Amino acid sequence: MGNGTSIGRVRGLGSARHGAQHWLVQRYTAIGNLVAGLFLLFSLVGLGDYTQKGLHEWLHQPLPATMVGLFVVSSFWHARLGLQVLVEDYVHDDGNKFACMALLNILAFAGAAFGLLCVVRIALGA
Amino acid sequence: MAQADTKAKSRPISPHLQIWRWGPAMFVSILHRVTGDGMAFVGLGVLLWWLYAVAAGPIAYDSFAAHAGAWYGKVVLIGLTWAFFNHMASGLRHFVLDMGAGFELKNNNLWSILTPLFALAATVTVWTVILLK
Repeated sequence: MGNGTSIGRVRGLGSARHGAQHWLVQRYTAIGNLVAGLFLLFSLVGLGDYTQKGLHEWLHQPLPATMVGLFVVSSFWHARLGLQVLVEDYVHDDGNKFACMALLNILAFAGAAFGLLCVVRIALGA
Repeated sequence: MAQADTKAKSRPISPHLQIWRWGPAMFVSILHRVTGDGMAFVGLGVLLWWLYAVAAGPIAYDSFAAHAGAWYGKVVLIGLTWAFFNHMASGLRHFVLDMGAGFELKNNNLWSILTPLFALAATVTVWTVILLK
């Protein structure tokens, strides 16, 4: 780690000054997960009908589709931030760290996109 | 000088799993990371598989349901439920600590112990309701 001098920051070794943003968004998405996750959990417990037909009918409705869609975004975002901390804590080689973060970003966006597409398909499909 | 040396040796040292005295807060912190990263790797995968199966139709869903209903599938689903409640409880504890409250030793230990106990109770409750339906 750099000592936070100007030259250290230029070399990419000092504080990136983005820590507060990461910290805040981790908490914003935590609130999103709390609300949408509990909605999903209570809905599923209450539903009881775990056939494809029953679940499709439930997720076809606007409110469940919106909540599950938001849960996909919020949970993947939260997981991406959390796994970044894991990488920063345990991957110390700069090259490996870059590779891990690139893979993490791609997987987080790809996973969220796929999940959203599935929800939209269920919500708008017949 | 000899006295100063002894004092220097008993200074606090950095936290480490093998040499740090275990306490409730440390246990909750480790569980928070384990459940969070566990849900990120396993839970989001299960979520996507489930959403895909519902979107793709009965054949894809039967394949998902066959695995989810098997003993190992139930272990994963019950484990994810526990991870969700445990991470939720320790996350709510984080919100309180973020406000600067709950750091008194007695309070901190109490809520650290209650956090995993709540997760266990909530998991048992949810799965009792699901399995009795």
